[in-house]
Amino acid sequence: MRDKPLRIEDCSVSFGSVEVFQNLSLEIARGEFVAVVGPSGCGKTTLLNLFSGFLKPASGTMICHGRVRTVYQHDSLFPWQTAAQNIAMGLRELNSETERSRQLEAMLRLIKLEEFAAHYPHQLSGGMRQRVELARALAGSTDILLLDEPFSSLDYLTRLRLRRELARMLKELPRTVVLVTHDIEEAAQLADRIVVLSDRPAGICRELSVSIPRPRELTHPKVVETVHAILAEFGLEQT
Amino acid sequence: MTENQSPFRAVLLPLTVLIVAIAIWSALWLLQVFPPSVFPSPLAVAKGLGEEIRTGRLPADLVASLFRVTTGFMLAVLLGIPVGLWLGNHVRSRLAFLPTLNFFRSLSPLAWIPFAILWFGIGDLPAIFLIFMACFFPVVVATLSAVASIPSVYFRVARDYRFSGLELLTRVTLPAIAPQVITSIRVTAGLAWLVVVAAEMIAGRDGLGFAIWDARNGLRMDLLVAGMIVIGVIGMMIDRILMRLTKIRSVRWGYER
Repeated sequence: MRDKPLRIEDCSVSFGSVEVFQNLSLEIARGEFVAVVGPSGCGKTTLLNLFSGFLKPASGTMICHGRVRTVYQHDSLFPWQTAAQNIAMGLRELNSETERSRQLEAMLRLIKLEEFAAHYPHQLSGGMRQRVELARALAGSTDILLLDEPFSSLDYLTRLRLRRELARMLKELPRTVVLVTHDIEEAAQLADRIVVLSDRPAGICRELSVSIPRPRELTHPKVVETVHAILAEFGLEQT
Repeated sequence: MTENQSPFRAVLLPLTVLIVAIAIWSALWLLQVFPPSVFPSPLAVAKGLGEEIRTGRLPADLVASLFRVTTGFMLAVLLGIPVGLWLGNHVRSRLAFLPTLNFFRSLSPLAWIPFAILWFGIGDLPAIFLIFMACFFPVVVATLSAVASIPSVYFRVARDYRFSGLELLTRVTLPAIAPQVITSIRVTAGLAWLVVVAAEMIAGRDGLGFAIWDARNGLRMDLLVAGMIVIGVIGMMIDRILMRLTKIRSVRWGYER
């Protein structure tokens, strides 16, 4: 049980007459990095909402052991708090003041934004804001990190850079991660396992595992091969 | 940014406009475009102003008006924000009350003057009542629409980070609505200052509004203009003071992005 902190079994979800999932099952192992890819509107975010407990399935079971935090696409930092104050939210459960400030500094160092600690989110670039979001979610003692298209509002190069940063951060602070994305490269470059969802009602049409260590080069043959396999699954490249 | 470039220019340019305006005023008076009995000279107004200050009438009127504005306005803000918070969080109540709120918000507070006098007589109370009626509804509507438009993602984040009930209010809702509420406070404070003058003209025995009405009845156009100048200057000062609220660092996001 404990080594499968996230599990959904035979879950069905529908919004009115629209069936999003029908009898979907998915297990995620402790420390595993799972990416969920699929056509837009297939219910990727709904899946995350199930995991975070924000949404209850109409039928089936959802089991979640551990503390969950979500990183959103953009603009979920509190704009009335500085970067440091936002990250400190993640350290709320620590009782010792000195320990809190020690860890806060460590997080700021980890995302290389020490000089921007006192800046407010609107004074930071998009990439910096997402780094603060990641730091806030990783700060303190959480177990499960849900990433809802965390880099999709960034430009291509920033996105590549942040993928490396995320890989580096997870090396220092290992977590169980579920990444929902429409960016196939991102999935191939980051995840241990990639779950490909079909169109609505969504089911898992393919699972791929990528067993090379992170950080991975985007042009690593195994990454390229995985991207090809996913594209083929969507009928966008020849098998 | 550009308007803060040089404090020297920020003083010099408006001062130039003021001097030109006084020059035009003097010219109109010298050319006798209007009869001198209804068009005082700048000098006469300055003398009148000095006289009003020396006799202590102006300071007393100023205190009376400021007391009414502060009381009525503070009552409206202190009651309006909680009511707005509540309505912002309760969709059914909001649907029920919003048309009523908009009705009273659109109703000129001056329309209440007859009732204000009949119910509260003459003095502080009718003016405070009118100011309250002018400010309460705009504050409620601004607060409730600010609450209703808080992005839901903030509450999802707050849930992830285990904010408790009261913390949701103090650490999410209130800071999230602060910029909009401050803007509405600035607007309604200006409104309160407009209303107090009208209220005192009709339902007052003192205050700046009464002072200009009294000057008109005594055909003292110099005192009338002196009163007008004081009313305008105080109004500007009230806005300048409240504008400082928008400089608080944790609300800048609401004005800069």
